[in-house]
Formats: sequence, structure tokens, C-alpha cells
Amino acid sequence: MAAFADDKALTMAGRAVARLMPQTAASGLPRLHLQDGPIDLVIMAEGGTDAVEQAYRAAQARFVTVLDELCAELPLLRQGVTPETARPTGMIACRMRAAVEPLAVYGFITPMAAVAGAVAEEILAAMLEAGPLDRAAVNNGGDIALHLSPGRSLAIGMVTKPELGGIDLFGRFTLTHEDTARGLATSGRHGRSFSLGIADAVTVLARTAAMADAAATVIANAVDLPHHPLVQRLPANRIQPDSDLGDSLVTRDVGVLSLAEKTEALAGGVAMADRLCAEGLIERAALHLQGETCVTRETNHG
Amino acid sequence: MADPTATIRCDACPVMCNIRPGLAGACDRYANADGLLVRVDPLVLLEAAHAHGTPMVSLQPTEDWDGRLVRGADTFVTAIGAGTTYPDYKPAPFIVATDVDGVDMVTVVTEGVFSYCGVKIKIDTDRHLGNERSIVRAKGEPIGHVTTGEYGSQMLSLGGVGHLTGGGKKEGRVTCDTLLALSNKQAVELTIDDGATVIVQAGKAPIVNDVMETRMRVGCGSATIGIFAPQWLGKVDEVVVVDDHITGVLSEHQGGKLLGVQPTGIRMRGRRSTPGRYFQVAHPGTGWGGTDISDPLSILDPFDAKHARAGIRMLMVSTTGEHYGYYVLDNDLRPVQQEMPPELQESVERIAENCEPALCSVLFIGGAGGSLRAGVTDNPVRLTQSVGRSITRLTCGGAPVYLWPGGGITFMVDVLKLPDNAFGYVPTPALVAPIEFTLPLADYAAMGGYMDHVKQASALDTATPHRFAPQMSENPWPLLPMTKH
Repeated sequence: MAAFADDKALTMAGRAVARLMPQTAASGLPRLHLQDGPIDLVIMAEGGTDAVEQAYRAAQARFVTVLDELCAELPLLRQGVTPETARPTGMIACRMRAAVEPLAVYGFITPMAAVAGAVAEEILAAMLEAGPLDRAAVNNGGDIALHLSPGRSLAIGMVTKPELGGIDLFGRFTLTHEDTARGLATSGRHGRSFSLGIADAVTVLARTAAMADAAATVIANAVDLPHHPLVQRLPANRIQPDSDLGDSLVTRDVGVLSLAEKTEALAGGVAMADRLCAEGLIERAALHLQGETCVTRETNHG
Repeated sequence: MADPTATIRCDACPVMCNIRPGLAGACDRYANADGLLVRVDPLVLLEAAHAHGTPMVSLQPTEDWDGRLVRGADTFVTAIGAGTTYPDYKPAPFIVATDVDGVDMVTVVTEGVFSYCGVKIKIDTDRHLGNERSIVRAKGEPIGHVTTGEYGSQMLSLGGVGHLTGGGKKEGRVTCDTLLALSNKQAVELTIDDGATVIVQAGKAPIVNDVMETRMRVGCGSATIGIFAPQWLGKVDEVVVVDDHITGVLSEHQGGKLLGVQPTGIRMRGRRSTPGRYFQVAHPGTGWGGTDISDPLSILDPFDAKHARAGIRMLMVSTTGEHYGYYVLDNDLRPVQQEMPPELQESVERIAENCEPALCSVLFIGGAGGSLRAGVTDNPVRLTQSVGRSITRLTCGGAPVYLWPGGGITFMVDVLKLPDNAFGYVPTPALVAPIEFTLPLADYAAMGGYMDHVKQASALDTATPHRFAPQMSENPWPLLPMTKH
């Protein structure tokens, strides 16, 4: 990392900012933080020191234009996807569109539902093109694109309320090279994006990060108690005038629910998740609502 | 004034979010606070770099980390991203106590909105950028002026309340954009009325009329003679060092006379100051030595036949060694250009070698004498007095500042000493700059500080959004005892 160590903060052309974060205990290698506008990526790569440096440089080089590419097609990417909708042209936009297309039958969805995962995927692809890595993860605000070389695995933990500090693991599993999933995404009403549902968090494993991202959104929307008095909703565009969700009602607050209510809401989400599993769109999902956790049927995890 | 109920269109990035009051944009970095666009970036923590450490070393122990953000006195909470409070009398966003060698120190961190602020720019070049008092423009709007030049450098004074809020709306916006870019170490293009176009970026070489400046002059023409006269002795009969300020002539200069250099009959144009030193041999410009000439012979009158003789060898050179020519007088005592002998070439290279790299430096200047102080203490004048007496240390994003004497809290800071993107803006327009006041806890209590808002720095937990930044090695550690400037 010699070349990186010279730079305190690696400022790239334009707005985007890159900097190295303290190394993790496990790898001894620093992580790379890339930020531009609303995009924050935390990137971990393991492998030879040169390979990691090459990968980080490739990530930076690819990152510089990402936001501009997306913004160039933003109006189209904020439109609901139907077979008639025009196709975007950008690489990332195409990943987004491809991920949400099979989900459109379950309701209104725009390519923006997959934006975080698609960006993570694109950056990971650029890193792997630069050279071989043992393990790599591009984390775009909880939507993560993963790379595992043969023999490698990744331990994944799910925590509640990370914003309060402390680690309260409510679920953990290990992903190996043999697993087909390379995307991990979490959606819910506490993130930056709006949710139509009431789930605190839905974590999805899928083949790609874009698919995991879009599916997590759809499953989180399905965890719901329609017209429940304890659920406060507002039209999305009342909060964010430019929201791709228009005047759809998005969840602002949820009161304390009874166990029966939680079970009912989660059942709707699990049914959706099981359906997506059966269609082969996702690998598995964990759903979380006010301390209750459900996962997709084990039979799906063949 | 800002309309507190208005939706703001944020132009920080191409997403261009419309942000309703009280809410943040898609990035969670910019928010609409009562009609003002404010930065709500994660707090930047400066970590004292170990003397031997690399810049990005974390001081958090990885094994038995207990989840707290700040371990002790080797982490300093800066105001970058601290946000501001409105109205002013609300306590500053973070009032943080750190134990330093047994003394409880308090750092009050806030981001100040500076309606009175600007940048002072030093551009290392002798090229004429514009006359003193000429208007400096960005995107066609007046944003400042050329001020008195310094040794080897041209000086600009940009911003200030007159351009920010005292002029047209567009003028204010462009001024704010330009100040923000310069303060955040970005490049801007400036044009000077009846002068040059210059691209300025802190810590980088200036680009004057599309040409990158590489060297500062070694000194004025007279100083150059004073430095190099012995090295020319015997190799040449006359040397003229062309400079917009003072052009030096070896045979007339005290430096040449003392070495026994004989008169050559040279006659200079311009106004003679003292022997061998001439003012105004030409007009200012971007040619030889910051003058407007491209042919150096144009500053000479015919040689005086009383002293001149055929065969006299003359070197003409600029004060950066960038332009030079070698001439020999013919039988009509006219200088004729000839190829330069290698030993003279060496001396020209020596001039170039002694020139320092030309850079732009940008100092942010702001006055924190106003209501911002009310976020620190309920008796604002005591803060001013405490800063004035050096009891309270003022830092800007953890960087040392120069505090102007006299009333108020007016300070200057080298923007290169701050972490990147430390400055923000509000659409007033005004700049938002981080500012930290550090003082012993007891003194803070005595000045009427908000004691019930003091948090132990070690009690800040990971719930507070933050990022770590390395302490710049040349900056003094803000929590260490202060030495007076």
C-alpha cells in the first residue's frame, strides 16, 4: 500500500472523495472508502498487497463517473418498470433494470430499487478485472457485492439497531465459495430509502447484489399491516419531492405491535420471500420486525 | 433572508435533491434547516498520528474495543460536520471534554456561518496579473480585487461581505461558490479586469493565461546581480538581469564595481534608482522577468562610444533564468546575438535552480465575533477576551489559526492544513467553516459555559456519525499547551 500511504485523503477529480480507512484486525489491510453525493462505499479486499492496491485503484477509477452516469438517466430510472418502458443505456442502469424486471409482476417497482446493489456490483467487477483477490466486499450502505475465491468463506452476522452501538447479533451464517450467492442486501424502514412496509430489516442473499437489493425492497414492502392505526404513513413525495415512489404512502412510524400482529405482518413478507426463492430470484431471506425474526423455508436452501 | 418554509434545491451533487425544511437530501449530508442548506456530515475526528506512524493508523485498540469512539486525549473532535445550531443561543452541537494530562479540557465545536469571510490568495509569479485595485472576476461576476503585491508574488483579496451580500444576487452566489471551492482546495479560474486569466488552487502552481508558472524569481534583478556577480567574473563583460521591479546592470551595480568590473558604455531605458538599478524599463506583462518585452534589446539605448568597444560580451537574463540571450558588440557597437558559451549557460541554470517552485496559497479569513459565540457561553464577550488572552485556543478543523489582534475573533487559516472538504455554505450566501474553542474546563465554567451540556469525549459512542482523519503532522496538537504565536 506504499503508494496509498503517501496520500492522506485521495482526492479524485470532481466531487468524489476516496480515502483509506484503518485496517481491519482480520486482514491487516486498510479498507477503501469512496464517496460521491449520496453514494458511500466501504470496500474490503484481501489478497496480495499489490493485487489489493491494484483493485483499490481500479475501484477509484471506475467510481469517478458513477454518479454522473446514473444522474444522466435519472428520470428514466425513477419510472416504474413495465415491458414498454424504455431501456437505459448505462452499465449500472442496465444492471438495475435487469434486477427489477422479474419483480415488476408483484407491484410498482423502479430501477432505483436496485441502485445501491448495482453500484456495488459494478465496482466489484472493476476490481476483479484488475487482478485476482482472495476475498472482496463492496458495501454500499448495507447492499453488498461479494467475491470469494475457492476455499474462502465469509461469516455474516445480522445486528439490530447498529445506530445504538454495541453488537446484538440476531442471526449469523457463513457463505462459502460453493454457495451461488454473491449479493447481500438489507432493506427496511430505517434505511435511507423509503419502505411501503413496516419491517425493521429484511436481509436477502441472492446471486447478485442488485437482485438482493431489489428483492429486499419488495419483501420489506410485503411485511405490512394495511390500514393499521399504529402505522403512520405519508405520501413519499411529501417528504422527498423527487421520490421515485411518487405519492405512494411510505411508513414513517410504527407503534408497539402485539405478537399476533407481528406474526401476521411477517407472514406476508415470508410468503413473498418464499415465492421469490421458488422462482430462483433469491437464495434466502431473514425478516425482522420488533424483535421477531422469520427466515425463508429451509427446503428452499437446497 | 432564507425562507424557513421553503423547499431547497440542493446543488451539492448532480442528484439535485429538493429538500423540505427539517429534512435531509438523499445523501444525509446536506439538510434544510429552516430554509438554510446545511451540512450534516459525520463529525471528523482528528487522530494524532503517532510520531512514527503512518497517516491512516487507527488509535482504536482492535482487541478490547468497548464501542466508544474516543479513547482519550489522542483523539480530538473537530467541528467539521458538527452542524450548527439555530437560533444561536442554543448550545453548540458538541461540547466535548477530554482529559489531557490530568487537566480536563473542553472543546466547544460548532460550524460557524461566516457572513464576513473571504480568502487571501498569494500567487507566486512576477508576471503582471493586473493592476492594483483591479476587479477580480469569476464567471464574469466581481468577487474581489488585486491587492498590494509581495516579494515575488501577486496578491488577491477575494470575497468579503461586500461581494457576498452587498452586491447582486448572482454576484453573491458566484462569490460564495468561488470561496467555497478555494477553501476546499479546489481549482478556480479567475479573470482580472485589464489583466490576466489565472487558474488558482491551493498548493498548486498558478496557470497564467494558459501557461503554468513553474518558478518564482530568485530575487529582483538587483538582488540577482548581488547573488551571482562573482560567478560571472571573467566569463562575460556585462550582465543585464531583466525584471519588472528592478532591472540590474552588472557593470554599474555595486556588486560588479567591487569586483572591478569595468564600464561597458551600456545605456538603459527606464528610471535609474541607484547605480546599476533601474525601475520601469518596460511595462508589466507576461514576457521577460514579468515585463511585457519579448526582445530584451528593446530596453537598451545605443551604447556610449566613450566606454564601449567592439567585442564586449553581454548576457541578458530574466530573474527566473527562463529567458536569456548572449550578445557581442560588433564594430558599430551594436549587440549581435550569438550562441551562449557553456560556462555562462551554467550560471543561467544556477539562477533557475535557485528559484523556488511557484505555488498558490489560500488563506481563509473569517470573523467569529458575532452570535456564534452565544453557542459557547451565555456571556459572549468573555469568549472573545479568553481567546484574546490565549486561554482559549481557537482552531479551524483542528488546524492552527492566526488570530488578528484587536477586537472580535478574526482569524486566518491556511486551507491546506484542514482535512479535505471541511467548508460548506448556506444559501444566504455565506460560508460554513468549522471552528473549535479549546480551554480548561474550569475556565469554561468561569466564563459562563454550558456546563450541563459538556460530554466526556470518551462517552461519544459509535451512534454519533463520525469519520477519522489523520492529524496533519505539521499542525500542533490542539489539546497540547499553547505557545503564543
